[in-house]
Amino acid sequence: MFPTPIAKTGPLTRRFYMISLPVALILWLLPLIAVLLTSVRSAGDINAGNYWGWPTQWNLVENYTAIFTSSPIGQYLFNSFKITVPTVIASVGLSCLAGFALGTYRFKANLFVFFVFIAGNFVPFQILMVPVRDLTLKLGLYDTVTGLVLFHTAFQTGFCTLFMRNFIKALPFELIEAARVDGASEFVIFRRIVLPLMRPAIAALAVLIFTFVWNDYFWAQVLVQGDSAMPVTGGLKSLNGLYVASWHLVSAGSIVAALPPVAMFFLMQKHFIAGLTLGATKG
Amino acid sequence: MQNSARPRVGFWERHQKRIAPWLFLAPAMIMFLVYVIFPIFQSIDISFYEWDGLSPKTWVGFGNYVELMGDEAFYTSLKNNVIWLVLYMLAVPVGLGIALYLNQSVFGIRLVKSLFFFPFVISQVVVGLVFSWFYDPSYGLLAKLLGVFGLPGIPVLADEHYVTYGIIAAGLWPQIAYCMILFLTGLNNVNPEQVEAGRIDGATGWTMLRHIILPQLRPATFLAIVVTVIGALRSFDMISIMTQGGPFGSSRVLAYYMFEQALSEYGYRMGYGSAIATVLFLIMMVYITIFIVRMFKAERRAR
Repeated sequence: MFPTPIAKTGPLTRRFYMISLPVALILWLLPLIAVLLTSVRSAGDINAGNYWGWPTQWNLVENYTAIFTSSPIGQYLFNSFKITVPTVIASVGLSCLAGFALGTYRFKANLFVFFVFIAGNFVPFQILMVPVRDLTLKLGLYDTVTGLVLFHTAFQTGFCTLFMRNFIKALPFELIEAARVDGASEFVIFRRIVLPLMRPAIAALAVLIFTFVWNDYFWAQVLVQGDSAMPVTGGLKSLNGLYVASWHLVSAGSIVAALPPVAMFFLMQKHFIAGLTLGATKG
Repeated sequence: MQNSARPRVGFWERHQKRIAPWLFLAPAMIMFLVYVIFPIFQSIDISFYEWDGLSPKTWVGFGNYVELMGDEAFYTSLKNNVIWLVLYMLAVPVGLGIALYLNQSVFGIRLVKSLFFFPFVISQVVVGLVFSWFYDPSYGLLAKLLGVFGLPGIPVLADEHYVTYGIIAAGLWPQIAYCMILFLTGLNNVNPEQVEAGRIDGATGWTMLRHIILPQLRPATFLAIVVTVIGALRSFDMISIMTQGGPFGSSRVLAYYMFEQALSEYGYRMGYGSAIATVLFLIMMVYITIFIVRMFKAERRAR
């Protein structure tokens, strides 16, 4: 293990490490702690300029009730779910199929198709913006949840396919060969043999894509205009304009918007990190 | 094979191994072509027109690109993109530093690691809001800290000279967390025998890091650099939230300037916007190509 395990070092180093750890953590998360505290401050605290001290009053219930009653944040949150959940299901589903094709069959165009998916995954969003907006308008899906879902699904499929293909490639190929010898059709092989083994990959991708799509802001600006389909990221921006100088309410809104991906991360931490660090150990 | 044993089998049975991959690929490929691959070429095409998005397009040839050459705002954006790229790279060594610091097995370290990773999980919109507040010249924490030393508050986001650096600092926060997690995973897979062998040979600290650890962290380092370059060139959310490109357009980057030209109250110049996007795309293409070539070589080796 590198660096030297702290247990094997001198008592002074050890003590220093154990003290510095919480200090570093608090400093690192200071901006977030401040937001968390501010989200329960009273308007009086805000007006008095008490932004960084301890709150004089704890207005937890009041502030969080206020943002739900005086702003459409409930609607924004609901929209975010309506955009994110179908996207996760569709992009993971499509990439299971595509990843299976690229991971198990040898055909001429295989690597080419694979690299098209990878390359597309890295392009700047701006090069897609005008045509995608135009297409969405023509389909009559501008300013709708469906319009966003379709784009996100297509775009995330690139990353998902890269991930799935590498995962399937690492599975024991003999399993598939044996099934073919037994006369199983290609679809049966996919359904009965490969798909059950893909569970960890599916879980990892699901949490990652959930976070990516939930946190999207750019496409919400491009494909949505009003409140009816606006996700919570774009909604926060309008909230910021609505509650000028009411930082306790903006903070409460930020916390609410950040909560679902944070919860997702904590619940599925192992899968999340496995997905994110794909390629960090080999390749 | 089965086919020779049973000569009278249907077309599907005979060819399913050839056709099946394309059936599996079709849905994903169609979506990806329609929403990602075709739009790249459409954008390049639109960049040769003057177009407001509604009325018919007018062909202007390289007109938009010629205009770009003389556009002050374009150069400001390009310069800021370079600053972003260079300073964003700090995320890689800092992320490595934090990963080395946290790569211990003391009580509660798992929770500490996840908490360090937090900034990456939350939306950049939230990060942007938090930092605009942090920088506020009258009541922000930065002003308070400066106040301790008797210095006046700096209006970071309202000052042309500081604004880009201020936004980059905010952007580095989640990016460092991302690099950190990549390095932590890498460190987890470092061969312990080599480390022990190094220790026996008397290698410690820097020598060990340079000659034994870093070579083994190469895949993690490569990935960290790739995601950081892409993150730097994609910077949009923070700028939109924190300054909207201001003051006086001094914090624009290409990604933001493009959006502003094509889709905002400043007008709907889709052609000009697409030309900016094409330039950004070409810059990104350099990195994409390097990445693809490297992956392609790895694939070749794997065969």
